[in-house]
Amino acid sequence: MKSLEELAKIRERMQNKVVLREGQANIRVAVGMATCGIAAGARPVLNALVEEVAKRNLNDKVTVTQTGCIGMCRFEPIVEVFEGDKERVTYIKVTPEKAREIVEKHLIGGTPIAEYTIGAAEK
Amino acid sequence: MKELSLNILDIAQNSITAEADLVEITLDETDTTLKLSIKDNGYGMSPEFLASVADPFSTTRTTRKVGMGIPLLKLAAEQTGGGITLRSTQRSADPENCGTEITAFFHKDHLDFTPLGDIVSTICTLLQGFPDVDYLFTHRISSGETPEEAGEGAEGAEHVIGIDTREMRVILGDDVPLNDPMVLLWVRDSLEEQYAEAGSKPSA
Repeated sequence: MKSLEELAKIRERMQNKVVLREGQANIRVAVGMATCGIAAGARPVLNALVEEVAKRNLNDKVTVTQTGCIGMCRFEPIVEVFEGDKERVTYIKVTPEKAREIVEKHLIGGTPIAEYTIGAAEK
Repeated sequence: MKELSLNILDIAQNSITAEADLVEITLDETDTTLKLSIKDNGYGMSPEFLASVADPFSTTRTTRKVGMGIPLLKLAAEQTGGGITLRSTQRSADPENCGTEITAFFHKDHLDFTPLGDIVSTICTLLQGFPDVDYLFTHRISSGETPEEAGEGAEGAEHVIGIDTREMRVILGDDVPLNDPMVLLWVRDSLEEQYAEAGSKPSA
């Protein structure tokens, strides 16, 4: 079984890292996790985002949060990206694969993926 | 919901909305039955609210306070021949012992039993989203047909899988939140190892 000692090591490592953390998280990614979102498959989407953000060392820049129902249940799973003063980007019917692509192209690359957004669906 | 673990995720969020700082998720499993309990120390529900909460169609709601979460769990339990019970004490009535407990009973051998699914992801998702709340997760797996035969409680259980974030917090201190990626990975690995040792993936 995983030992609690390993947790103590994680803490030590974190304490050494805290000093290096200058950058503030300026991108917030919110995943709709109400009943509608969960039923539509939001949990694996959230997990894919959390994993991908950690894997690419974006934790200082990106925070992944969970939010409630935003009233557009038919479009769930919904992922919203908030970045500084920029207009919010709303992705709909997100899958874990699309989520990883959003991390790659939007969060790292800086370009929203228009075809996955609600704007594209409403045309 | 495709998995019971998704119902659990959904219901546990109600506890967090009710300002609970401890959410206890307990699964008691035998060869043919599954008992689920989600217990919190949040602000509770009024008797009127409690009476209406399981039926989304009889409420006279004016706000979006009642959702489909509990009705969906109720349906999942009843379609196996089981059911749910709800107990709640409001904070205004008893600030020391307030909270809500939802218990659901399932017959696993029923055709309409929804598999538990990825419960590890559910626990990790709760920690990720609400790292300031404590969680006590216990999954007891016993062999035997009925809860009586298998023996109630930890003594009769062959395998106990679990995690207590209060223990983790003692070690992590105030500097490391429960939703640190390393910590989440530790939780996932720990639970998966425990399930592997028990020789059973979460009930399918």
